[in-house]
Amino acid sequence: MGLTKKNIGISVLGDGFKIDKIEDSDKIIALGGNPNVGKSTVFNSLTGLKQHTGNWPGKTVANARGEYKYKDNRFIVVDLPGAYSLMSSSLEEEIARDFICFARPDATVIVADATCLERNLNFILQTMEITDKVIVCVNLIDEAKRKKINIDTAKLSQILKIPVIATVARKKRGLNNLPQTVYDVCNNQIHNTPYQVRYDQALEGALEKLLPAVKETALNKLNSRWIALKLLENDEKLIKSLNTYLGVDIANNKKLQQAVNQALDYLESQGVGRENIRDKIVAGLFAAAEEIYAQTVQTKNKEYNLMDRKIDKILTSKKFGIPVMLALLGFILWLTIAGANFPSNMLSRFFAFLETKLLYLFELMNSPDWVTGIVVLGVYRTLSWVVSVMLPPMAIFFPLFTLLEDLGYLPRVAFNLDNFFKKSKAHGKQALTMCMGFGCNAAGVIGCRIIESPRERLIAILTNNFVPCNGRFPILTAVISMFFAGVFVPALQSLISALILTAVILLGVFMTLLVSRLLSATVLKGMPSNFTLELPPYRKPQIGRIIVRSIFDRTLFVLGRAVAVAIPAGMVIWLMANINVDGISLLKHCADFLQPFAYWLGMDGYILMAFVLGFPANEIVIPIIIMSYLSAGTLTEAAGLEQLRALLVSNGWTWITAVCVMLFTLMHWPCGTTCLTVKKETQSAKWTLAAFLIPTVTGMLCCFVFANVARLFTAI
Amino acid sequence: MTKDKLIALNKLSLGQSGKVHSLSAIGQQRRRMLDLGLVSGTVVKALQISPSGDPTAYMIRGAVIALRSEEASKIMILALEG
Repeated sequence: MGLTKKNIGISVLGDGFKIDKIEDSDKIIALGGNPNVGKSTVFNSLTGLKQHTGNWPGKTVANARGEYKYKDNRFIVVDLPGAYSLMSSSLEEEIARDFICFARPDATVIVADATCLERNLNFILQTMEITDKVIVCVNLIDEAKRKKINIDTAKLSQILKIPVIATVARKKRGLNNLPQTVYDVCNNQIHNTPYQVRYDQALEGALEKLLPAVKETALNKLNSRWIALKLLENDEKLIKSLNTYLGVDIANNKKLQQAVNQALDYLESQGVGRENIRDKIVAGLFAAAEEIYAQTVQTKNKEYNLMDRKIDKILTSKKFGIPVMLALLGFILWLTIAGANFPSNMLSRFFAFLETKLLYLFELMNSPDWVTGIVVLGVYRTLSWVVSVMLPPMAIFFPLFTLLEDLGYLPRVAFNLDNFFKKSKAHGKQALTMCMGFGCNAAGVIGCRIIESPRERLIAILTNNFVPCNGRFPILTAVISMFFAGVFVPALQSLISALILTAVILLGVFMTLLVSRLLSATVLKGMPSNFTLELPPYRKPQIGRIIVRSIFDRTLFVLGRAVAVAIPAGMVIWLMANINVDGISLLKHCADFLQPFAYWLGMDGYILMAFVLGFPANEIVIPIIIMSYLSAGTLTEAAGLEQLRALLVSNGWTWITAVCVMLFTLMHWPCGTTCLTVKKETQSAKWTLAAFLIPTVTGMLCCFVFANVARLFTAI
Repeated sequence: MTKDKLIALNKLSLGQSGKVHSLSAIGQQRRRMLDLGLVSGTVVKALQISPSGDPTAYMIRGAVIALRSEEASKIMILALEG
């Protein structure tokens, strides 16, 4: 649910190479590391930017960029996507590797997880083979201490022969030394001569044979030993990049080819076949990592992550895993609905009071009716609905959700549900992208980048809209409380609303799985690709930061966008309601036109038109419906839900209409922003159209079937 | 149980550990496994199975990684006693 301006508007992956230095003294810093080690937090504290952070791997899916000034230099920091290695097994790794290799950053800062240093060392060692300007931040040192893992960073620095800093980035501890160290490395005041991994004899022998030939080419700008390794490994992607960025065409360099072949023959004679070279390299890296780990890390308590395992035993257990998950979802929705009730009422009363004052003011100023109409009845009313109905639930939902994200619960959701996705021949990480969709489907679609396989990624993108985003929640909750929960005693109403909303969401999840399965069986045929999902250690959430972050980064951002859409929409609606053609308002003309079709979907022309006009943002669907009825009917005001219900009922709403509106809210075209994002992510008009049509057709079918079956039964 | 029993990782019972013997995966999948540190000799412990039946979470070099049974079946291990 990374929901910031930055990653909504961010460009496609891999454009991080062109970095414009304003002055020659500007320095480029690459920030790399394994996924979920706190890179974004280090990035934020260096640059002061508010990159969204969360405890799950794969959050940074595009290169974020920021800068800071220190002493006489400007430092441009590029936050690389998290990667387990630099051997280009995935797009993220390729981007990270190519950046470190070809963008030639003045320093590369690697953030490592202190609680999992051994695997992180693999990444560090690989980076050190590419560049010697490396600085390591051993982050989460407080978590390590809590788990009684003692890391000798001085010794680590001594072995690796590069600067090593111990940090607790979340609390900004240890980070004050980082700018100085970066400065020193960039300005050559620290000369790193990094430790190099020694591979087994056969591989070292082959490297020795190949090195002179590599050094003769333009490849000598890079670390020759590393290039030689990659040539032996026959890393095709790198060989292609070498051609692109350095103009070295290896396939046509006879001398080099010959040397490579000789080295490979030598390896063969030592019993190492071509297909085993990569294994040998990785084994060498991990052997080195193991050795360094043994020398620098002491774990007093062998079972240092016992607590995590105990929590996992409950949260992902056969008996409790799924019930706990559903209960959590229901609980969050209940807190959101119950908690938002009171402030929502207060706000709408306040806005209604303000409206009478505004009207009075406009009257005093003798403003023409149409001005008053557009400004107060059009823009102001739509705005006040959007703010009073959306702000309170978002201000509760987003912090709660961020809390779960921060704790590290979301990957457990993916773990719990994976088998359902596997059966739909989809990727388990799709569950994570759906979680992001709760906040905003556009963010969810971008989040699909965490899925490596193009087929499964496309499925996740096409089905993301089946998760109701925050803009659609208010429609659902309003309809639920007016037509279903309202019949219960007040004390139970929030609970019933939460239960019904949970059921609606589960229907969305079910539809996601069903449509994924159908897509896998038809246009996106294929088998599930490889699946690895890391379950990160639980982390103590930073309550203060969660609140600040979710309010400022998410709530206000989403609200801002809704408000920006509500203003012109309010204007348009008022004009449509008040411009008459042939004695009938434009609004009614449109509604009448849509009426026959809408009827078959269990709704009416005004509702369907509201959905159409709500294309820029779903938040304005309900205000449009209300305003349409208000302008067409006799009622002039609908402040509370009670009056609202009366208004809807007087316009022919029944429980069937209510259910169909809910179904259609859950399943119709994605909003404008989401469509644009799908276009950007898939680079295809065809798939964007599919993303538009799939939920629309599904929703229409569901509404059609439900409405007509229900009418049949009620007629009997 | 004999000490050095060669089995696929997905046959490892929960709570049990094994040492990686070899990988039968190829291509991208093999690379991914290697990146996680699944080289021969690496100790892997089966921790937890998903409530939906698959995947299983394993402790691999200090990190908890979930693998689907298809992946795990391509990792041959020597089951360790205990």
